[in-house]
Amino acid sequence: MPEITTAHYVMLSAALFSIGTIGVLTRRNVVIILMSIELILNAVNINLVAFSNQLMNMSGQAFAVFVIVDAAAEAAVGLGIIIALFRNKETVNADEIDLMKW
Amino acid sequence: MPESILNGLFFYVLAVVILGGAIMTITRRNAVHSAIWLVVTLMGVAGLYLHLNAEFLAAVQILVYIGGIMVLFLFVIMLVNLDEAAKQRQFNRQWSLALICTLVVLVEFGFFLMRGAGSFAFAEPGQGALKPNTELMAVALFQDYLLPFEIASLLLLVAILGAVLMAKKEI
Repeated sequence: MPEITTAHYVMLSAALFSIGTIGVLTRRNVVIILMSIELILNAVNINLVAFSNQLMNMSGQAFAVFVIVDAAAEAAVGLGIIIALFRNKETVNADEIDLMKW
Repeated sequence: MPESILNGLFFYVLAVVILGGAIMTITRRNAVHSAIWLVVTLMGVAGLYLHLNAEFLAAVQILVYIGGIMVLFLFVIMLVNLDEAAKQRQFNRQWSLALICTLVVLVEFGFFLMRGAGSFAFAEPGQGALKPNTELMAVALFQDYLLPFEIASLLLLVAILGAVLMAKKEI
């Protein structure tokens, strides 16, 4: 079995990022679109921590903490928007929210 | 060399857990099942952090992501009535186009990584250490990145206000 290098982690991260992008682009349910965004942010974190491990530098892990803070803020505001949306339009499907579409 | 075999085994098992959980997350019909599979993926990522000498981040991942954000998700799923949405079409009309475009991007990533993987080794490892992990993380956050840390706390405050304001019945 060949040794596990940083390139392996970057490839895993690219695959996870692509799965998240597929989720954002294809699903209709807004809650699952938000979950896909969490997948994308986790892919970024894997990259940061893998390079932090290779370069022996703490900056990557510090940035990963900031990404987690961003993910928490984004989830709180996004889920608040979903509740407001459901109260007004009674739907969670992204393609039925077309009030401002021409 | 048993250690390198064990390292490889760890990586591949965690990779299967992460990618399998991610694929199940974006394909399930029921949003609660999606959330549970997302927890599986996040646990796999936490294991990967342990493998990469980031013990503090692994703990933060489990506490903040699995303990905080996922509970928030499940709370909203219970609050919003998703039974109607589970019976409807799950993917939008342009899903095939989106799938093809994303797969093209993935193949592109894979191609460039295959060709360029050797160049990662050129980067010299720095002089630093990762070993008393929590201590070094505290130094990084409270000395080197103090201003971004304060800005992050301000961002969280604004996000709390925004979430409360959004979820209020009447503004």
